[in-house]
Amino acid sequence: MSSSDDMVDDKVKVEQGPNGGAVAGPIDSLFNLARKNSLWYLLFGTACCAIELMQTGGPRTDTDRFGMVFRPTPRQADVLILAGTITYKMASRIRRLYDQMAEPKYVISMGSCANTGGLFQASYSVLKGGDLIVPVDVYLPGCPCRPESLTEGLMLVQQIIEKEPWLKKAWGKVPAPKDPWPEESRECKDDS
Amino acid sequence: MTPEAIKDLLAAKLAADVGWNDELAGDPFATVEADKWHEACRIAKDEPELFFDFLRAQTGTDYPDDGSIEVVVHLFSYKNRHSFVLKTRVDRKKPLVQSVQDLWPAANWYEREIFDLLGVEFSGHPDLRRLVLPEDWVGHPLRKDYKEQDSYQGISTLRPGYARVEAGGKKKKKKKKAKTAEPKPEEPKPEESKPEESKPEEPKPEEPKPEESKPEESKISKPSGDGEDEV
Ligand code: SF4
Repeated sequence: MSSSDDMVDDKVKVEQGPNGGAVAGPIDSLFNLARKNSLWYLLFGTACCAIELMQTGGPRTDTDRFGMVFRPTPRQADVLILAGTITYKMASRIRRLYDQMAEPKYVISMGSCANTGGLFQASYSVLKGGDLIVPVDVYLPGCPCRPESLTEGLMLVQQIIEKEPWLKKAWGKVPAPKDPWPEESRECKDDS
Repeated sequence: MTPEAIKDLLAAKLAADVGWNDELAGDPFATVEADKWHEACRIAKDEPELFFDFLRAQTGTDYPDDGSIEVVVHLFSYKNRHSFVLKTRVDRKKPLVQSVQDLWPAANWYEREIFDLLGVEFSGHPDLRRLVLPEDWVGHPLRKDYKEQDSYQGISTLRPGYARVEAGGKKKKKKKKAKTAEPKPEEPKPEESKPEESKPEEPKPEEPKPEESKPEESKISKPSGDGEDEV
């Protein structure tokens, strides 16, 4: 990808490490280059958008060429794709999957349902948007959004990664994004 | 057998009045009293001339104007090749129906579903739990006067600025709730940016998200100049 211009930051920033060492800025770029080219997503879907998610993993779209492969377990995944209608019953399960993923992690909200509840938003049982339970990085419109769109969504995550001050983040110097559903406000019994 | 003949036979065996309605569109149906429900179903299943061995469907309907809830079984007989609809009505305030899952095991989940969505209790059911909704759900949504809760497990059931469809189809604007999670622009908050001492596996700080304040807006609108990988 032709984004190396963005990556090589002309301002070389020097960061103070936790043990007093100093690290120059562009090393972030090196980390980020590695991270963004092995973007593994969780193979998980809750409704019809998941069909397009499967299609995205297929040979026509071929996201493998960007290093995006699906993982069957959240422990190995970098990206959670909210593919489909989320019911309230599913909300705590999705949150658990998200919590099981290792940092750094990203969330794509795929399709109208995951964005806002979509055409089921008048229903009593449907969550009105995945961003009410997990922090979302990329929203994709469409019902369903096409594999091309999801591929671009994944590439947008790559762009987010590219610009990330990774070391700062790893040392806890970047404030966490606001958690829409923090643990203390979760009124669910831990019933597995 | 015709539905009418089935109903007559059923009434004779049951030795009780069986209501009959064939005026409405759709299948004609018979109605029995709630305390004769199990008996009527048992006769429908065991009587050789009826022999309804297949429970096609079991449903419930709420009639708030009559103050009653109707429970319906749709029956079919493979042997005799006829079908029948049998109904009973119970008081809406204290809906209690005899379970028929000992006659047709398929009724087990149907009855759980009716219990879940309409709140009808089935006496003699071995495992009367909610079927589709979570265990901690409040209310029975297929009741006509069901009111959606404002939040579920701490999640607002409404997006800010969205209309809620009330019972009766009217839309009602709800004012924005303070609790609702609205993605904000990156605001460093001191208590959030503190390193977590108790929970080391909590989400670590994520990347800055400059456009996070506009969730509905598509972020894919601008292809950002990496065209050379296109096929
Ligand atoms: S957005 Fe459309 S395709 Fe996707 S889950 Fe919702 S209804 Fe299905």
